[in-house]
Amino acid sequence: MMSLYSSRRRANAIATTLCWGGAIFGLAWLLLILGTLVFEGLRGLSLDVFTQTTPPPGSAGGLLNAIAGSLVMTTLGVALGAPLGVLAGTYLAEYGRYTKLALVVRFINDILLSAPSIVVGLFVYTVMVAQMGHFSAISGVVALAMLVIPVVVRTTEDMLLLVPASLREASAALGLPRAHVVTRVAYRAAKAGLVTGVLLAVARVSGETAPLLFTALNNQFWSTDLNAPMASLPVVIFQFALSPYKDWRQLAWTGALLITVAVLVLSVAARAISHRKSQT
Amino acid sequence: MELPIGDRRTAVARRNGAAAGAPPTMTTEKIAERTRDKERNVSDIALDEAPARPIVGARARALARLGWFDAIFREATRAAAFVVLLLLGGVILSLVHGSMPAIRAFGLDFLTTQSWNPVTERFGALAPVYGTIVTSFIAMTIAVPIGLGVAVFLTELCPHPLRRPIGTAIELLAGIPSIIYGVWGLFVLAPFLQKYVQPAIISAAKGVPLLSSLFAGPPYGVGVLTASFILAIMVLPFIASVSRDVFETVPPVLKEAASGVGCTTWEVVRYVVVPYTRVGVIGGVMLGLGRALGETMAVTFVIGNAHKISNSLLAPGTTISATIANEFTEAVGDLYTSALVELGLILFAITFVVLAIARLMLMRLEHKGA
Repeated sequence: MMSLYSSRRRANAIATTLCWGGAIFGLAWLLLILGTLVFEGLRGLSLDVFTQTTPPPGSAGGLLNAIAGSLVMTTLGVALGAPLGVLAGTYLAEYGRYTKLALVVRFINDILLSAPSIVVGLFVYTVMVAQMGHFSAISGVVALAMLVIPVVVRTTEDMLLLVPASLREASAALGLPRAHVVTRVAYRAAKAGLVTGVLLAVARVSGETAPLLFTALNNQFWSTDLNAPMASLPVVIFQFALSPYKDWRQLAWTGALLITVAVLVLSVAARAISHRKSQT
Repeated sequence: MELPIGDRRTAVARRNGAAAGAPPTMTTEKIAERTRDKERNVSDIALDEAPARPIVGARARALARLGWFDAIFREATRAAAFVVLLLLGGVILSLVHGSMPAIRAFGLDFLTTQSWNPVTERFGALAPVYGTIVTSFIAMTIAVPIGLGVAVFLTELCPHPLRRPIGTAIELLAGIPSIIYGVWGLFVLAPFLQKYVQPAIISAAKGVPLLSSLFAGPPYGVGVLTASFILAIMVLPFIASVSRDVFETVPPVLKEAASGVGCTTWEVVRYVVVPYTRVGVIGGVMLGLGRALGETMAVTFVIGNAHKISNSLLAPGTTISATIANEFTEAVGDLYTSALVELGLILFAITFVVLAIARLMLMRLEHKGA
């Protein structure tokens, strides 16, 4: 009797120790990565990073064109993808809900949500770049929009479903048509959630590299032409980190730090908004 | 990316919403009718002061406008939902179309040939497919036990004040772009492994029958094993946060009952939590696998990009996504491009199957919760 008890206790002690160990081990790696990132990135952080364009090998420069390119393409990509995503999410939550179409779209959307982004890059390449005959920022925008859509669809649907049905019934009882119930009541009630979804999409898209590699390509110089190749932070990091030049590698670290900070700030903001909302 | 909404809440909301799914449209019409009747009475009284006709006309116009907006909005949302379907269809069609030249030229040999020679235009997918599967497999064997450990830690062991911050931190880490992990792997992990770990492994494995060929050759730093490590570190927070969400769907009553009859913490996890959530955990792990298979940037930096299958895990290799990322912009000739697109098609097919299974399993858990 005693031995069974002690063996159970031993198994428990071993298992819990392993779980503690696993948690500490896993968190240690992640902290290590963030630590080196901050250390190496801060070393190259200066005003030049934000005021100079990417340099040729061996000379000093900054990331201005890459930062601007990332901002432009992310903004346009979200502006293109988010409205579509919100509408599709609205269909799933408000109109379709149990229709065949909604079931299929929901499933497909969940798959697109985690589909390899490089495949999206290939798709946009064959559909846009190959047809136009040259790389362009606009095809990068389309590729990013394709990654925005599933994220926004998912959050929009989930957030609209959290809106109490009694709100809809009350406004329907006042004689409002369905479209008004959705836009004037459900959207307002779920506003924080919808913003969260868009912010999450921005966070997801701003670090994407693979779909931009062969759509927007890269550009050594300052460019705002949507019909020409455009630099972006992730692609510049990819190119510079794999280069043998010291200046370029330093810029890659700094760029990596900038992206990480941007993504973390966006995710924290998204969380703060949805958290504040859920408490009221 | 996992969204911060628990499946459970969704399920509950779906159920609540279900009751009100159809009725509102019916009630809208009925109530609109009834109000119209009432309004008529009111306007009868108001007749003394103002002529009724213009009001009725304006009302009809307003109602018509609302009706238009209603119809347009409904159709717009339906069209947007169709666009999501079209996107997937478009991806599949364009990949198949783009890889037709390569399919015609190589047929099924594409899957079984190892050579990848742009000069003679002989292409085979065996090396990248092998690399993709091996790196993902090793990464999952490392990340799944640790990730589940972290999830158990967060739901059962962690002191309460720390649960939220650590859980949030892990979710945030799951959202960090993969290129960051790649840069870190290239500059920090690979040199470290090359200098300290790999020589030790090589000398330790020397003489042991199987291991000596598995860990043979000079320590390059970059290679299949390094890529697997980076992948493991990358999917770890993802698996941990998904499984934590899944573990949290276990009704507290079940766990309390088990503790009440004298189960230890481990026994509660082993005999209550895991059996209850098995399907969901497998779904979460499959989601992680889908990520690992399709991961591009974290791997491209440290895989070494060599189109050959070698016995040693320390040797450079390649994966499907790394091959595409490295070679696509430099590919000259239709056949070369087409071969790369066919690689993309294979990758998409593999991940599609894995993700579909994952989603079906997570959906089964959701039904159970509801």
